[in-house]
Order: sequence, then C-alpha cells, then structure tokens
Amino acid sequence: MSTTARRLELGRVGETTRRVDAIPKVTGEFAYASDLFAAGMLWGHTVRSPHAHARIVEIDISQALAMAGVHGVLTHTDVPGAKTYGLEFADQPVLAIDRVRYFGEPVALVAAEHPEQARRAAERIQVEYEPLEPVVDPERATEQEPLHEENPTAGHGFRDDQRPNVLRSIAIRHGDPDAEGEVSVSGVYELGMQDQAFLGPESGLAVPDGEGGVDIYVATQWLHVDRDQVAPCLGLEKEQVRIHLSGVGGAFGGREDLSMQVHGALLALHTSRPVKMVYSREESFVGHVHRHPAKIWMEHRATKAGRLVNVRAQILLDGGAYASSSAAVTSNAACFAVGPYSVDNALIECTCVYSNNPPCGAMRGFGAVQSCFAHEAQMDKLATALGIDPVELRLLNALAPGDTLPTGQKVSGSFPAAEVIRRAAELPVPEAEELPRDPIRLPGGAGNTTHGQGVKRGVGFAVGFKNVCYSEGFDDACAARVRLWKGADDELVGEVHCAGAEVGQGVTNVILQVARTELGTENVALAPGSTADVESSGSASASRLTWMAAGAVRLACRDALAEFEAGRSAVDVQRTYHHPRTAPLDPETGQVKGDRVHVAYMCAAMRVVVEVDVELGLTRVVWIGTAQDVGKALNPQAVHGQIEGGTAQGLGLALMEEIQTRDGLITNASFTDYLIPTTLDMPPVEAELIEEEEPDAPYGVKGVGEPPTVVSTAAVVSALRDATGSELARVPVRPDELAGL
Amino acid sequence: MEVLTPRSLGEALRIKAERPDAVPIQGGTDVMVELNFDRARPPALLNLNEVPELRGWSHENGMLRLGSGLTYTEAMALSERLRALAEASRTVGGPQIRNRGTIGGNLGTASPAGDALPPLLVYGAEVELAGPNGSRRLPLQEFLVGPKRNALAEDELIVAVYVRPLGSRQTFMKVGPRNAMVIAVVSLAMCVDEERNEIRVSFGSAGPVAGVVTAPLDEADDLPQRVAEAASPIDDVRGTARYRRHALQVLTSRALVRCLT
Ligand SMILES: Cc1cc2nc3c(=O)[nH]c(=O)nc-3n(C[C@H](O)[C@H](O)[C@H](O)COP(=O)(O)OP(=O)(O)OC[C@H]3O[C@@H](n4cnc5c(N)ncnc54)[C@H](O)[C@@H]3O)c2cc1C
Repeated sequence: MSTTARRLELGRVGETTRRVDAIPKVTGEFAYASDLFAAGMLWGHTVRSPHAHARIVEIDISQALAMAGVHGVLTHTDVPGAKTYGLEFADQPVLAIDRVRYFGEPVALVAAEHPEQARRAAERIQVEYEPLEPVVDPERATEQEPLHEENPTAGHGFRDDQRPNVLRSIAIRHGDPDAEGEVSVSGVYELGMQDQAFLGPESGLAVPDGEGGVDIYVATQWLHVDRDQVAPCLGLEKEQVRIHLSGVGGAFGGREDLSMQVHGALLALHTSRPVKMVYSREESFVGHVHRHPAKIWMEHRATKAGRLVNVRAQILLDGGAYASSSAAVTSNAACFAVGPYSVDNALIECTCVYSNNPPCGAMRGFGAVQSCFAHEAQMDKLATALGIDPVELRLLNALAPGDTLPTGQKVSGSFPAAEVIRRAAELPVPEAEELPRDPIRLPGGAGNTTHGQGVKRGVGFAVGFKNVCYSEGFDDACAARVRLWKGADDELVGEVHCAGAEVGQGVTNVILQVARTELGTENVALAPGSTADVESSGSASASRLTWMAAGAVRLACRDALAEFEAGRSAVDVQRTYHHPRTAPLDPETGQVKGDRVHVAYMCAAMRVVVEVDVELGLTRVVWIGTAQDVGKALNPQAVHGQIEGGTAQGLGLALMEEIQTRDGLITNASFTDYLIPTTLDMPPVEAELIEEEEPDAPYGVKGVGEPPTVVSTAAVVSALRDATGSELARVPVRPDELAGL
Repeated sequence: MEVLTPRSLGEALRIKAERPDAVPIQGGTDVMVELNFDRARPPALLNLNEVPELRGWSHENGMLRLGSGLTYTEAMALSERLRALAEASRTVGGPQIRNRGTIGGNLGTASPAGDALPPLLVYGAEVELAGPNGSRRLPLQEFLVGPKRNALAEDELIVAVYVRPLGSRQTFMKVGPRNAMVIAVVSLAMCVDEERNEIRVSFGSAGPVAGVVTAPLDEADDLPQRVAEAASPIDDVRGTARYRRHALQVLTSRALVRCLT
C-alpha cells in the first residue's frame, strides 16, 4: 500500500492519519491469513481431544492414511525435535503424548488435498482414551493429584510453593499487613472466563523451502518468539524457520501462544507441499488461551475520613492445563490489586493453579481486569460505608508520582491519576431520554420487552491502571531497520523493516508517522513483517508496541539519516531500542529487587450510565464517558478507536461474555452462544485524552490498548449496582441477578 | 451436491415427489449453517427461490395468505395488519438474516425458539402443505409435533400460512442477554381475538414446542401465572428454568397492559 501521495504535514507524529488498512478492510479486499493460497497446497486438520483429562492408550492412524486424498497423518512420534513448547515454559506437547489435559488438546494431524477429505480422515483416526477424573475446581486443585509430574514452573525464581498444581503464587507484603482501620469493608468477587473472540480464526500457510527449512505465513502477535518455539520442535536451526506476518483478524492476546505454526510446518515438511490450516469457529474457541477466571477475596481498611490504611487481597486464578503466560498474569493481578491508590499497608496473595479447564493466558488487560473489578467494587462499598462521594474517595487516595506501590516501587515519570479521575467525573452525563421511545432505545433492545416498565437508571464510576511493556526484569527490546537511498530526482527514499505485528491496533501507521517525522519525507514504506530480514520487535502485547516500535524506528531513522547526510548514497541501519530496565520481585516478600518492577503505568477513569429493566434483568448501557492517560497520542483517531474497542470488550465481560464449561468441556463454542456486544449494546463513548508526556518514552507516549478494558468492566457493573441496589459480585452479570432472582 | 431450481410450484412438487431426498432451501439461513458445519450432506438441494407462488402475501377469502417464502423484512412491513408477527420479525438476527430468512423456513426448522411461531400460533394460523396428491391444511399447532420436528411428509412442501386479521391488540416480546441478534431465552406473543372474546398467548424457548394458553377476555387476570405454569423450561447455556418462568410471567403482565389498555 502506497502512502507517498499524502501531504507530509498530514503524516507526522501526533496527527490523525487514516489507517492504511481501513478501506481494504471495509471493502472486503484485505487479505487475512485465512485467504492465503499457494499452488499445490494441501489442507491440514487437527484431531483434538474430546476429553478434558484422559490417558491415551493407543492411536491407530491406518484407516485415515489409506483414505483418498490423504498425504500424511502425524502423531507425537513424528515430531522430530522438542516434543513440547511454550511461551515461557515448554510444558505443552506439540501433539499429546500419553495424556490429554484439556478439551480440544491436539492429538494428531492430517494433510489432504481437500479440507473435507482432511476432516473425514481425521474422523477415522482411532484414539483410545482412558478418561481420568478432571481437575476443574480451582479451589480444590491444590489438594488434588498434580496434572504435571514435575511442576514446569518450578526453579524459575518463583516463590517456593509445594502445593500440587500451583502454577505460580505470589505474596506481596507491604508495610504492616495487620494494620487496622476505623472502617472495614470486604467482599468476594468472581469473574468468568472471557474469550478474545477475534473474528479471524487461527490460520496460516507453511511452505517448505526445498532445503529442509520452512516459511510460515501466519496471523500472530510476535514473529520471533513463534520462530524460537517452532524451530526446536522441528529440529531445525532458527534461520531455517522464517515467520512472515499475514493478515491478522484481531488478536487481543489470543495469538501470543502458538496455534497452527508447528503443526502446519510438520505437515509441510512431511509432505513436501505447502500446507494451509484454518480453524473453524468452534475449533478457534479451543485453539487459543482465554482470560483467567478469578475468585478474589478483598478487605479494605480505612480511616473515617476515607484514607486507605490497609488492603488485603487473596486472588485465585485458574490457569488451565498449561502455563502459557499465566505466571506473568499472576504477577500483574497481584501488582494491581489495590488499584491506582496509595496505601501504606497491604497483604496481597495471588495463586494461579493448573486445572483441566481450557488453558488461560494473555488477554487485553492481563490480570489487571480481574483485580480492577474487585478493587473498584470495594471502593464503591467503602464510599457507601463512609458516606463519602465515590469520586471524592478515589481522589482522596489517588496514587501520584513519588508514592510507593505495594511492591515497593516508587511511582516515577508521568502518572496523572487525580487529573484523570477529575476529568472523567467532569464529563456531563446526558439527561434521561423521554418516554415513550422506540423500544430499541430501551433495555431489551430489539426484543421489544419494555416500553418503560421496570426501567431504572444507574450511574457508575471506576478507575483502573496497568503497566505498559513487559516486567520483572524482562528485556522486551524492539529492533528496526531503515534503508535509505537516492530516488529518481535525487530525493531521499526510505524503507523501514520492523517485525511489530499489525493486529488491527494501527502500529503500521505509527511506524510510518515516526519514519516520516524523522526522515522529513513521505517517500518511505514499511516492508512486510518477517523474521528473515530484521530482529525481534517483541510482542504486540502489554500496550507496548507503539512505545517500542516508535523508539526503535526513531533510533534507526536518526542514525540512518546521519550516515546518509555524511555522504553515503545508500545506507542500511538496524538499531535496537530498550525500555528502562526492570527488576524481579523478591519471591518471599513481593518487594521489587531494584528500582522498578514495571516500566511505567497508564491509568483510566470511566463514568457509565445504564438503564436496567429490573424485572427482566436486561440492560441498556446508555452512555460512557472516560478520561485516559495516554502520554502522547501519536495518532489521535486510532487512540479513540482503541478506547472504544477496549471499552466494548470490558462491557462484554460485564454483561455477557463467558466461556461456559461442564467438567472442563466447553459448552458454548460458537457465536450463537458466546455473545459479544452488538452496536445496540455499545453506547457512544466520549473520551478525553490526558496527554502528560512520559519522560522515559519516545515522544512521551504510553500505551492505550488495555486501560479501557481494565476499567470498563468495573465501571459498567458499578452503574448496574447503582440501578439495582444488588451486590453483583460476579461477572458477567446474569439477568437472573439483575432481576433479583 | 446437486442444486435443483424449479420455476413453478408444480415443477417443485414434481421434483420433490421424484427426489424426496432433495432438501428444500429458501433463505438458507438454517440449511447453510447445517452444510457449513458439516452436520448434513444432502445429495441435492431443492432451491425454492424461483418459485413465484411461494413469494409475498395476499388477501384470500377474508384471510391473509403469507407465502412460505415471505422474508422477515417483508413481514416487518405488515405491522398494520399483523403487528405481533412484524415485531417478532424485527427481533430475528440482523438485517442480512432478515432479508434472507423466511417464515416457511422457520416452520420447516420448527425450533422451539423459532420467532415466527408464537405470533402465528396466537393468530390460530393454518399451514398449507402440498404434495403429489394435492394440498392439505393443518392448524399450526398440529403441524409442530416436537422440537425440530413437524408434520411435513417427505414428498410435501410448505406452501403458505393462512391467518385471520385480528386487529391491532397484539404484541410480541423476546428476551435475550443482549439487545439484538439473540436466540430467544424466552419469547411471548399475545393477541386479543374480539370475535371469540378470547386472549391467546404463545411462548417460545420454554418447552419442547412453542406453547399456547388461552383465556376468555374477562378472565385474563391470572394469565401471567397460567403462562408460567404452562411452560416447561430447562436450564441450558442460555438461561435457567427459573429465570425463564419468571420472565414469562413478567412478559405476560406487560403484554396484557399493551393489549388491554
Ligand atoms: C445468524 C443467524 C441468526 C438467526 N436468528 C434467528 C432469530 O433471531 N430467530 C429465529 O427464529 N431464527 C433465527 N435464525 C434461524 C433462521 O434464520 C430462521 O429459522 C429462518 O426462518 C429460516 O428461514 P430460511 O428461509 O432461511 O430457511 P432455510 O434455511 O432455507 O430452510 C430451513 C428449513 O426449512 C425447510 N424448508 C424451507 N422452505 C421449505 C418449504 N417451502 N417447504 C418445506 N420445507 C422447507 C428446509 O429444508 C430446512 O429444513 C437465525 C439464523 C442465523 C444464521
């Protein structure tokens, strides 16, 4: 896609630029990974476990192999290299070996001429299972048989917790954890399992290179970490595996873990043919990790004047069968348990367990969503108990630079929590619309269930925060490569290489805006993302990519330009940008072993107006106003888009989104029964961008993708409580509870 | 897979008699889901989209004749005459589904959650079925024999639905956990039949087939209770039996307000 036609002043950092993929996506011309095609390609299919927990007695592939059109059937014995992989811990089998630990776990692979032949052959693979008792209750998991003979996360510097099935546990002890307050409120909160629900199912194409290596075109979030996991399983050198970014139809964390990458490559190398794999919708629901369901016990102790004295929290996360990024989610849930408030004393315990439920891992908000739902419910409860206005209470305790977090980290840099709270609270709330009105503008919407009967209005407020970039000592650096040469009229021409994944968040525009700004020209293009010609960018995760890619591209552009101006006719410069270093937490005290455990913090506040039909328990979210600490908006329109989308995702968790399971088996793996908000469920969002530059970041940016998701679940439920007077301690809130049943 | 496309009802019936294994398809909004999910692989599809006799609606002997190919979008335009059906049609899927999906298809599928069924049931609708030996008419209640089962013989087609116009005291409501594009957790249609001095209620998604409850016009007070008792809902991923019963009671009370005041 050419960007050269646009005037330069429209394309710089800080100005709204139209997303380069906007028109192709709207007109249907955008090529997603599921549209990939190669001459002579075969179709791959995955055989998955119908059990949540079972021993594999025998696998018989003979019938499938003999079927017309079938070119290969593979099981774990055909995995030439490492038999297991994982983002942080290699605990997940490429193909199940002697045991399956979750519903949908891959057991065998088929490649055939036609996708239907592959599917039919898959049905003929006979797997004999011996079902085992599944571990499905996270509260009991620590007393049941361990699901992994050796705990995969042991020996990685985590707290030494000998209970079975503990994936990671953390205790943060801050000040005097027994400190008493004059007032205390407590509650138990629960969150169901949310799905990323991206529309583009897992898809990719693996093409053998004829020399033993393989090219994988895939929708993913982090090309290089895919490569680093794929190559060992294939028994290949890293350079023999090249990952190329294909069109991504949404990610939200669900594409951090591998899906078809190793499988497609195994089939391609086995058959010497390109192999394409596309998951069905139902398969997609078992083909990626989900947001951790949580149960959270919390107690807030405060003075009568409303100052927090002590926060005590116990958080239980269900990690499911394999580790994925659960260890980092555990840390995040603990680190953000108090919210963006200053408190001198805290005791925060967070445990994530293994179970036979669907594996959980990264999803937008990454542990902070769960904590925010609990701490904001607590803040509202405390405000009621003290008779203080909930916004005032939050302002009174708002965290500010110089304050100390429960981990011992001092807040440095930009952190305008009080300003964010104030600005969100100042947004004028719209008046209630008059009755009668079109029922579509009432709870129940198109269902025509009320003309106004039973409808009560509620207003809620919440504040949330989260870190940007990776944490606990991890150096998630980002590389960019810039080539410059003289074009036709002796004009400067540039080409940027950066492996940062465009997952729909708009990083392509950011990269080009930075390049144009730094090079002072529009003659600059972004090469397709690939591991073949540039180093790692780190993941499109943790709200980090704008910060990191802007840092890397700026650095490379400046150095390239300097070389170019020194008289070189063509330059090719690769530079790696690092964010400020972080340090791990002490495993016993949860105190940071250096300056900071997290790089920087982003904060958002949100006010929500709802109407609830309290007899039927149906909701219409009427209006949402928010203020968000964005550092600097590099592309303001894209920032607003992130805020709206992120808000919708949090609203979905508040009202309807939940993966339901029975004995570990998913019972609603479809968009018929896993509901996500429609435009009728999502109100207009009024967003104020608070731009206070982050001193440690390029152009003063922060991330923007996650804070709206962190805060909106809590804010919507706060409004529902206001309308109904019910405690509503679990999300998604069911109509039953809203109706007081 | 063969696709057979007759141009007239006569031709369609001939084909159906010769090829009872050919699956009729109108909007395809149920049939194509079955095919795409690999739940069905019929040897042939009988494409009824080019059969003019199945399209649109008309007056016939004081009755309204709704062609089995009447789409939800078309039915929404009938709100003057058939308000409950129009309101029900508005709740179906999104615009694309309403443009394709038909009332005949809803009868063909005969799901307990089919949204066209409760309004048609309170109208006392009759279904016209045609086969090689002519046509027959059946009260809709008899046509719906069980969950996803109907009285259609394998060589028959659904031609039309006949309803008596009943005035404007009627309504439809559907409960779902989001405000559009949901399968009913429960649904309810009500209409006042002045001629018979009767109120009729029908509910969906709260039993194996859509249920019907009637009451004399002046004995409507305990209808909410009676409807809730007539239902036999279950717990499933979409809702609990308890909630369904409760919601039916609320819906019936509200429908009474709409229809009687
Ligand atoms: C996204 C989506 C949302 C939906 N939402 C709703 C909803 O909100 N409410 C609801 O009730 N339904 C809903 N449905 C289901 C579907 O749209 C309806 O059941 C619709 O009425 C089917 O009509 P059709 O013309 O598409 O039927 P088709 O799919 O063409 O046929 C359905 C069945 O009827 C048979 N059939 C069709 N015509 C005839 C005939 N003339 N004679 C004999 N048999 C026939 C077919 O063989 C088949 O068994 C939804 C479907 C989708 C995909």
